[in-house]
Amino acid sequence: MRSVALRLGQGACVLVGISMLVFAVFFATPGADPTARIAGRGASPQILARIRHDYGFDRALPVQYIRMMDKLFVARDLTSFVDHGERVVPEVFAAAPVTLSLVGGAAIIWVGLSVLIGVVCALWPNGIVDRVLMGLSVLLLSIPVFWLGEVVNLVTQSRYHDTMLFSWVPPLGYVPFLQSPSGWFRSLLLPWLVLSSSFAGLYARVLRAELMAASGEDYMRTARAKGLSPLRIMLNHGLRMSWLGFVSLFGLDVAQLIGGGALLTEVVFALPGVGHLTYRALTDLDLPLIMATVLYSAAFVVIANALVDLVYLALDPRLRTGTRHG
Amino acid sequence: MAEPILQVRDLCVRLSGRLILDHVSFDVLRGRTLGVVGESGSGKSVTASALMGLVPIASGSVKFGSREVAGLSERAWRALRGRQIAMVFQDPMSAFLPVRSVGAQIDEQIRAHERLSRTDARARTVQLLQRMEVPDAAQMARRYPHQLSGGLRQRAMIAMALSCRPDLLIADEPTTALDVTVQAQILALLREVSQRDAGVMLITHDMGVVAQSCADVVVMYAGVIVERGSVETILQAPLHPYTQALMAATPEIDGPRPARLATIPGQPPSPASRPQGCVFQPRCGYAHEACGRRPPLRSHAGRDVACVLYEGAA
Amino acid sequence: MKPVLDARDVSVRYHLRGRRVLQAVDGVSLSVMPGEALALVGESGCGKSTLGRCLVRLQRPSSGAIAIDGIDIARMSERALRPYRRRMQMVFQDSQAALNPRRTVAASLAAPLLAQGVSRAEAAARVAKLLELVGLPEEAGSRFPHAFSGGQRQRINIARALALDPALVVADEPVAALDVSVQAQIINLFSDLRARLGLAMLFISHDLAVVRQLSDRMAVMYLGSVVEEGPTEALLRMPRHPYTAALMAAVPTRDGAAPAVLAGDVPSPLDPPSGCRFHTRCPFVRERCRSERPALVADVDGRTTACHFPIQS
Ligand SMILES: Nc1ncnc2c1ncn2[C@@H]1O[C@H](COP(=O)(O)OP(=O)(O)OP(=O)(O)O)[C@@H](O)[C@H]1O
Ligand SMILES: Nc1ncnc2c1ncn2[C@@H]1O[C@H](COP(=O)(O)OP(=O)(O)OP(=O)(O)O)[C@@H](O)[C@H]1O
Ligand code: SF4
Ligand SMILES: [Mg+2]
Ligand SMILES: [Mg+2]
Repeated sequence: MRSVALRLGQGACVLVGISMLVFAVFFATPGADPTARIAGRGASPQILARIRHDYGFDRALPVQYIRMMDKLFVARDLTSFVDHGERVVPEVFAAAPVTLSLVGGAAIIWVGLSVLIGVVCALWPNGIVDRVLMGLSVLLLSIPVFWLGEVVNLVTQSRYHDTMLFSWVPPLGYVPFLQSPSGWFRSLLLPWLVLSSSFAGLYARVLRAELMAASGEDYMRTARAKGLSPLRIMLNHGLRMSWLGFVSLFGLDVAQLIGGGALLTEVVFALPGVGHLTYRALTDLDLPLIMATVLYSAAFVVIANALVDLVYLALDPRLRTGTRHG
Repeated sequence: MAEPILQVRDLCVRLSGRLILDHVSFDVLRGRTLGVVGESGSGKSVTASALMGLVPIASGSVKFGSREVAGLSERAWRALRGRQIAMVFQDPMSAFLPVRSVGAQIDEQIRAHERLSRTDARARTVQLLQRMEVPDAAQMARRYPHQLSGGLRQRAMIAMALSCRPDLLIADEPTTALDVTVQAQILALLREVSQRDAGVMLITHDMGVVAQSCADVVVMYAGVIVERGSVETILQAPLHPYTQALMAATPEIDGPRPARLATIPGQPPSPASRPQGCVFQPRCGYAHEACGRRPPLRSHAGRDVACVLYEGAA
Repeated sequence: MKPVLDARDVSVRYHLRGRRVLQAVDGVSLSVMPGEALALVGESGCGKSTLGRCLVRLQRPSSGAIAIDGIDIARMSERALRPYRRRMQMVFQDSQAALNPRRTVAASLAAPLLAQGVSRAEAAARVAKLLELVGLPEEAGSRFPHAFSGGQRQRINIARALALDPALVVADEPVAALDVSVQAQIINLFSDLRARLGLAMLFISHDLAVVRQLSDRMAVMYLGSVVEEGPTEALLRMPRHPYTAALMAAVPTRDGAAPAVLAGDVPSPLDPPSGCRFHTRCPFVRERCRSERPALVADVDGRTTACHFPIQS
C-alpha cells in the first residue's frame, strides 16, 4: 500500500516537473509570444494590448503557469492559442482512441511475430532458417516507417488498388470502431503492419539474444536432463525467463508510441491521432496544445513504468520477497 | 557379483575439436555407488553429460543394462533422459527455474514421461518430497526455489530426478554448494537412494565424500581414468602416483598434522596440451622414459591402474 | 605481549526493507596475538565475512570496539583511518575479481607503495622481493592477471596484501575456490609466510581440515555469535559445544564411517531462535536452553564455550 502511494506521488512530481519545463522552455523561446498570432496579421497595438490582458500574458509567469494548469486540469476549458480558440482537452480525447487502436494492434502483431521468429531462431541457431530470419529482421529494423508506409500506400491506394488483392483497402483515414468494426479493422490493418515492422525486427533480435544467453544457464541444462522436448524447453523455461527483459522494453516502447511516437505512421495513413496533434501543436508553437499533449504522453510513460513493475512482480517471484532469508 | 546397470567402454568425447574424454571405461553396479573423483577440468561433468546424451559421443560404447545407447537419435535419448537416467546438479539454486514453483517443475518431468493427470502428478510429487524427508511436502511443493534453503532445494532436485524411477542417478557434485552439516544429510539420503531406488554415480572432488558414500571409485585426470577399483582398496593403498599425490595433498581433520602439505608441482594440462604418453608424466615424481607411451588400465593388486610402474609384475 | 587485533562486542545489523533488521554479527569478541593465526569457522550466512570486513574496516560495525595495535578504529572516519589502513589487509576468495585486469601485476603491486610515497626504483625492488616471497618468477610482474591460473592469481593477491607490511592479514576463504593440489600449495605458502614474517592472521573458512592445517586457534560461529573458541587441535580433538561436535562429525573422513547427521537447516538470522541459538538443532537440548541464552564462559585451559550443558570429556 505504501509503495503504491509512493508511486503515485512520484508520478505526480514527474508530471509537475515536466509541465514546468515545457512552460519555461516555451517562454524562453524567441518569437514564441502568442499574442501576435492570436491577434492575426496587422493587428493594432490596442488590440494586441487587449489580447495580452485578456489572456493574462501581462501577468507574472508563475501566475500564468498556475492559471494554465487550473484551466487544463480543473476547469478543462483551456483553449488553443490558434485555431479560433478550440478547446484542447476534447481534442486530445478525440485523438487518443485513434492512437490507442493503432498502437494496440501493432503491439499484438509485433510481439507475436517477434516471439515466433525469436523462438524459431533459438531452436535452430546458426542454421539456414536462423540466418534468413535474422537477416529479415535486420531489414525490417532498418526500413524507415515513413518510406514503407508511402510504398504501401502507393501500391494499395493507387497502382494496384483495383486488383483483387487490394480492393478491400479503404481510403486513407480512420473509421471509429463503434461506427463499423470491420471498417475499423480494414482501415488499420496496413498501418498496424507498417508500424510493427521495425519493432518486430528489433524484438525478434532481442529475444533471440536473450534465449541464446539463457540456453547456457543451469536451469536449461536441467530441463534437457529431464527429457523435455526442445520446444517445451524453449517455451516453458527459456521464454519464461526471457520475458523479463522483454517486458521493460515493451512497456516503454508502447508508452512512447501511445504518447505520440507513432507520428510518422499517423501522418502517412492520415490517422488523426495524438502524434498528429503533437506535431501540429509544435509547428504552430501552440502552448496549450503542447502542454496537453506532452502531459498526456508523460502520463502514459509514468503509468507504463508502474505497469512494468507490476508485471515484473507477477513474472518473477524472487522480487516479491526481500532477501534470501525472506 | 552385482549386475551392471551401466557399462561404459572406451568412451571418447570431442568438443570444439579437442578430445575431452580419452577412452574412458567403467561400470556402475546395482546397489554399489560409483564415485568419480578428479580435479577441476578432469572431465567428470563431460562424462556425465555424455551418459545423458547431452554431448555427442565420438566413439566407444555405453550400455544401459543390455541396451547400447551410443549413437541413439536425439528423440530416443529424450525418452531415456529423466526416465532411465536422471541427473542432479551442483548448485540447486541455479538448476531450478527461478520463476516456477518447485512442485510444478517436478510435475512437468513426470508428465513429460507418463500420461498422468495434473492431480496425480502432483500427488506423486508430494509423495516423493516426503520420501526425501522434506517437511510439510504439499506446502513446500508450492514454494519457489529461492524460498527454500539450500538443503531443501537439493532434496527437491533429487526428488525430481527420481520422479520417473530411473535406473541410474548421476549426481554431479551435489553437495559442493552446501554446508557441511547439510552435506552430511544429502549424502545420507543418496546412500539410501542407492540401496532402495537406483544406481548412483557420484561425482565429487572430495576423497572424504567418496570414502563415505561410495563402494567403487574411478579416479580421473585430464580426461583419462588413471585408477579404478573398490573404495577400500584404493583409499587404503592408492597405487597411481596421481591418486597418491592427490590424497597426500588433502588436509585432514584427524591423524598427525604435517608441518607442510605434500603438493603436486605444476598444474593439470588442458585438453589441448594433453601429453602423448602418460597424462600425469609432466608432474609425476616417478616419471621415466617408459612413461612416454600411454599406459593402459591394467589389473594390479585388486584394482585397475594405468601406470608403467605396475606393468609386468602382475 | 599486546594483541595485534582486539575486538570487543562487535555487532553488525543490516537494515532491510520493511523495517526488518538482520543481526549478522552479534557481540563478537576476538583477539589475535602477533604471529598468531586465528581461524573463524561456521556455516554459510553465520556472519564470518561480515565480521572479517569489519575487522579491516571495509565496513563499519554497528557497535563495539576494534583495536589494531591498541588504537580503536571501529568508529574512525575514513580520513582518520588512512594511516592505519596499511596495517590491516584482506585476501579474498575470488582471486580474479580482486585484481585489476588492465594493469600488469607489477603495476598492481607497486600502486599502494607509490601511494605511500615510496620512490619508483625502491617500489620496483620491493615488487621483485614480494613476487619472490610468494613463489612467483620475477618476469610474472610484466604479465596481466588473466595470464595466470587461479592458484597463481591467489599468490599475487597475497603479495598485494603483504606489500605494505601489514600487522594483520584477514583472508576470507582464500583456498575455497582452488583445486586440491593447488590448495595445498597456497596453504603451505601461508604457513611459510607466517614463519618468515611473523604475521598475525585471521583465516575465514568453512573447511575444518584446512583450518586445522592453517591455524593455532579457532573460533566457531553460529548465527552471528561465537559459540566456542580455543586452540584448534584441542577443539577438534575434544569439542565441548554440541555445534562444534556436529560440525566435526559432519566432515567426511577417509575412514569411511557414516557421519552423525545433524537434522534441519540453519535458522534464518532474521528470526533467530530464543535462548541458545542452537537449541533447534541441538541433540542435547533441555528446557533451560530454550529460554536462557548461554554466555561465553572461559575455562582454565584457555578455551571458552557458550553452552549450558557442554560435552564433558
Ligand atoms: N562445451 C565444451 N566445449 C569445449 N570444451 C569443453 C566443453 N565443456 C567442457 N569442456 C572442457 O572439458 C574439460 C573437462 O570439463 P569438465 O566440466 O568435465 O570438468 P570437471 O571434471 O567436471 O571439472 P569441475 O570439477 O570443475 O566441474 C575442461 O577442460 C573443459 O574446459
Ligand atoms: N549487505 C548486506 N545486506 C543485508 N544482509 C547482508 C548483507 N551482507 C550479508 N548479509 C547477511 O548477513 C548474514 C551474514 O553474511 P556473511 O556474508 O557475513 O556470512 P558468511 O558467514 O561469510 O557466509 P558464507 O560462508 O556464505 O560466505 C547473512 O544472512 C547475509 O544474508
Ligand atoms: S546450550 Fe543447550 S541447546 Fe545450546 S548447544 Fe548447549 S546443550 Fe545444545
Ligand atoms: Mg564439473
Ligand atoms: Mg563469506
